[in-house]
Amino acid sequence: MDPHRKRNQALSLAAIAVVAAILYFADSGASDYQIRILNNCAIFAALAVSYNLINGVTGQFSLGPNAFLAIGAYTSALLTMSPLEKELSFIIDPVIWPLNEIQTPFYVSLLAAGSVSALFGLLMGFPVFRVRGDYLAIVTLGFGEVVRVVANNTQSVTNGPLGLKGIEAHTDLWWTSGFALATVFFVGRLVRSSYGMALKAIRYDETAAEAIGINTFWHKMLAFIVSAFFAGIGGGLLAHLITTISPSLFTFFLTFNLLIIIVLGGLGSTTGAVLAALLVTWGGEALRFVEEPMQIGPLDIPGIPGMRMVIFSLLLVLMMIFARQGIMGTREFSWNAVFSGIRRLQRGPGKAK
Amino acid sequence: MDFSFLAQQIINGISLGGLYGLIAVGYTLVYGILRLINFAHGDIMMIGCYFAFYGIFMFSLPWWASFLLAVILTAAAGILIDIGAYRPVRNAPRISALITAIGVSFLLENLGLVLFSGRPKAFYRPEFLSEIREIAGVRILDLNIWSFVLTLVLLGVILFIIHDTRTGRAMRCIAYDMETTKLMGVDVNRIIALTFAIGSAAAAAGGIMWAMRYPQINPLMGIIPGLKAFVAAVLGGIGNVTGAMLGGLLLGIIEILLVALRPDMAGYRDAIAFAILILILLFRPTGLMGQKLPD
Repeated sequence: MDPHRKRNQALSLAAIAVVAAILYFADSGASDYQIRILNNCAIFAALAVSYNLINGVTGQFSLGPNAFLAIGAYTSALLTMSPLEKELSFIIDPVIWPLNEIQTPFYVSLLAAGSVSALFGLLMGFPVFRVRGDYLAIVTLGFGEVVRVVANNTQSVTNGPLGLKGIEAHTDLWWTSGFALATVFFVGRLVRSSYGMALKAIRYDETAAEAIGINTFWHKMLAFIVSAFFAGIGGGLLAHLITTISPSLFTFFLTFNLLIIIVLGGLGSTTGAVLAALLVTWGGEALRFVEEPMQIGPLDIPGIPGMRMVIFSLLLVLMMIFARQGIMGTREFSWNAVFSGIRRLQRGPGKAK
Repeated sequence: MDFSFLAQQIINGISLGGLYGLIAVGYTLVYGILRLINFAHGDIMMIGCYFAFYGIFMFSLPWWASFLLAVILTAAAGILIDIGAYRPVRNAPRISALITAIGVSFLLENLGLVLFSGRPKAFYRPEFLSEIREIAGVRILDLNIWSFVLTLVLLGVILFIIHDTRTGRAMRCIAYDMETTKLMGVDVNRIIALTFAIGSAAAAAGGIMWAMRYPQINPLMGIIPGLKAFVAAVLGGIGNVTGAMLGGLLLGIIEILLVALRPDMAGYRDAIAFAILILILLFRPTGLMGQKLPD
């Protein structure tokens, strides 16, 4: 048992209180633009943590979170839109029963988004976990594409390429930060439980894990379903944040963003994923200047749209070559590490060892 | 449904599938040797098309010279990508190499968007290839006939390199056991770079024929043919060059037949390849002609 457990819990609660206070003031004082960045940070932190559960912790390289985001976003948007609105939006084919009659509160739609997404995770899991390694990556990527193509073609369910417009903006800072906190808490607990141990064992050596009696198929499935559940809710929150969704929003590009985040944070580290989500989301905004016209000395550089993505993809390649561990590796943030770090600093650099 | 209709669709399928096959050869060569899915392969094909485009429109080269130069330059680009991105992660876990490949793919696409702009550009198609001839009630574009002939010639050349040259023997050795091949005094890095060069050249040739078919190019044009070519490679048995070509032809025919027989399903065209991929991995993971099990 950790002797500092009480202290650490108190510190964690204090940290949450500080963040809550910051959010409280941001909610009333910050500009819309700043609030949108904070919302994105929180949603992407949660998505990265859930994606990291399957990719980092379990070591199953899925490339399909965009599928679950799409499923979640469509499920919750279709549930919160009023029947009248749906009738007006679906101009080519009317929306099918029962979607044309029901309307649910926001929280119900989010739970439904998570559940439907998790169900799809279960169904996809059967073929996906028949294969390993890079084949698994391609199969999940394929599912992501299939979901997008299906969304484009099922006119009477998703409104096809026209997408859904006029979704009410229910998502606010409290929803997103609450979701991020819940995801970190739940996934964190899962990783530290005996299930988490089994998942890590699968990452290190699947055959050995099987040999010591771990049912690798169902453990991988568990991680996949939990990951899909949270991704689905994240998709629902995203839909009610940007209020317009269409299949083109859920391309592989979204998965690529999440991939950069979890690689930067360190594959397998929950706290690393949160940290990197904040860094990448904030960095994406901070880097906007590279796409604007610039004047360096006598040189006039016109705006170059798309330059940020060049930087991010280069970052991913360079990280793989020079810093494969990311920021945290597979370690986690802990107060004990912070305190021992402080003590080392107090003792002076000479005695650090 | 009469005979000539079916024959027409199968001919269309073959001419599309031949291109999938030619692009798939590059995947299968690299995967066979390195066990790396070269995610950037479709984007290398796109680069090849832009080389050809700029050769004609900026340097006013004759089309054949521009196409030839584009294939050579793309081969060089393939070598550069191998040296710059893949060689440093060669001894890293396979997933790291895969992430690198995804990064390279996005890098090429976004560099393409920045350098060439996202607006599609019209691609050159020589006059004499634009004629449509009718053979026994089946209409064929001259371009498709020549493309198919050229594809078969290139396939023959690649098969010759692999089976009848020292370089090819070294490639097959590396695929079998890289460490031992090193011990036998083979310059493994050089052979792998050459493999990338051959694969990229094939992709450029396939890409240029692809671009003449539609006839336009854009920086994201490589994604879909790239993914489908990968499926073709798996379908044929990854690591097997002839299999990749057969897989490509089969995929092309299935796709065209689906669209022709069920026009209402045409929107699902791009999903068909993945459905096939999933079925293949479930029921016959070695593909049609492969021997080794994946993983």
